[in-house]
Amino acid sequence: MTMGRDTGETAQRTGPGRRSLLERIYLPAVIRGLVNTLGHLFKIQLITKGSAKGFTVEYPERRMPVRRGYRGEHRLKKDAQGREKCVACMMCATACPSHCIRIVGEEAPWPDRDSRPRIFEIDLLRCIYCGMCEEACPCDAIELTETFNIVATSRAEKLYTKERLLEG
Amino acid sequence: MVAGTLKVLLIYGAVFGLVPIAVLAERRIAGFIQNRLGPNRVGPQGLLQPVADVIKLLFKEEIVPAGADRLLYLLGPFLVFAPAAFAFAVMPVGRGIQIADLGVGVLFAVAVSSFSVYGIVLGGWASNNKWSLIGGLRSSAQIVSYEVAIGLALVSVLMTTGTVHMQGIVEEQVDNGWLLLRQPLAFLIFLVAAFAETNRLPFDLPECEAELVAGYHTEYSSMKFALFFLGEYIALITASALIATLFLGGWDPVVSPGLLGPPGQAAFWGDLVSVAAFSGKVVVLVFFFIWVRWTLPRFRYDQLMALGWKVLVPLGLANIFLSAILGAFET
Repeated sequence: MTMGRDTGETAQRTGPGRRSLLERIYLPAVIRGLVNTLGHLFKIQLITKGSAKGFTVEYPERRMPVRRGYRGEHRLKKDAQGREKCVACMMCATACPSHCIRIVGEEAPWPDRDSRPRIFEIDLLRCIYCGMCEEACPCDAIELTETFNIVATSRAEKLYTKERLLEG
Repeated sequence: MVAGTLKVLLIYGAVFGLVPIAVLAERRIAGFIQNRLGPNRVGPQGLLQPVADVIKLLFKEEIVPAGADRLLYLLGPFLVFAPAAFAFAVMPVGRGIQIADLGVGVLFAVAVSSFSVYGIVLGGWASNNKWSLIGGLRSSAQIVSYEVAIGLALVSVLMTTGTVHMQGIVEEQVDNGWLLLRQPLAFLIFLVAAFAETNRLPFDLPECEAELVAGYHTEYSSMKFALFFLGEYIALITASALIATLFLGGWDPVVSPGLLGPPGQAAFWGDLVSVAAFSGKVVVLVFFFIWVRWTLPRFRYDQLMALGWKVLVPLGLANIFLSAILGAFET
């Protein structure tokens, strides 16, 4: 029984005749392996029974903390009066590399700005979550939240409207 | 008659009941060994997972591949499942407790349990799929090779005990000590060959998902797949029971033979203890099979054949000579 060629320090031992009898019997190695796996078998049980220090995070009940700067689902921010901050300047739609933002503006009824979006849609199926829209926005109106479990049962649900984006 | 029927129902009920437990244990132990948790969602600690699996399998679509040999295709899973279960008919599950007390007990058990190779080969052939066919062929070569090693290990066992009667072998061990200690080499050969016979890792080349998709049961679905699966685990339990009987003293409780009391009508509790001892040994061996599966990598096919023919068969022959010489000195 010849095995694959090792590299490095053990290279001189790999010739078929060079192995000691003990190594060729395999049994010592098999027993070492069995002891190793038995150790794993009991260690994880002790860990998970005693405390929550196991490696596995059981998802729906426990969640991993989301890293700072994580780019998840989008949201449109509101100002102090509860109006959307967006002024339909099209900067985000222009910056977007996957062209997933569609904005149709209209005249704003408020004196402090000229326009506001009548339609603001993001197609999350096209979005690559690069965060360029957030970078480009001059009014700090759009933001990528930490929500990562974005679930839908149809394509239409993945087309986020202005109302949906303002909710987030 | 009634007692006999009850015995059959109880013993096979226990064997079939152990299968879902073994499947769940396999998956959870695999998880723990790999630092995962394994299935733990369905029921407390995942105990209802086998039920969920069976329900899922029942509702799956039955698919017969185009160009398959229908009759053999349907026969395959059954031929894997039935022979594995047959062998339990002669297993001495307790003191004086077994379904059929055959005079040629050991030979029957070994002959019948290796019959399952037909199911695997037929299933692999009838599926009209090259992976299935290769898996089936590998399986036949593997089982035939390791059958020789099992036979040789068995010869030395029979030389030591002087009987092929299952109860006789166990009683001989109760009197003179377990064969594990008196025939360690035969035990080792039998154990290694049992892994090959049951198609379990490190010798699961008939399945070998990395190269053969799923081997002989690639094309099987729904309950036919479940039957293959059931047969595999029953073969595992049968092999464990056979090893326990032949080498670990069968129903002999470890502590002392006096625990059982004298055999006879009044010895109900003693008989019960003997059944418990046997079951305990089978469970420990099933755990061992699972444990080894998640420890060792799969052998290459030529390595498997070399181990069988160049190592186990000569070792078995040498062991026969050795036990013959030792036996001659004893008498």
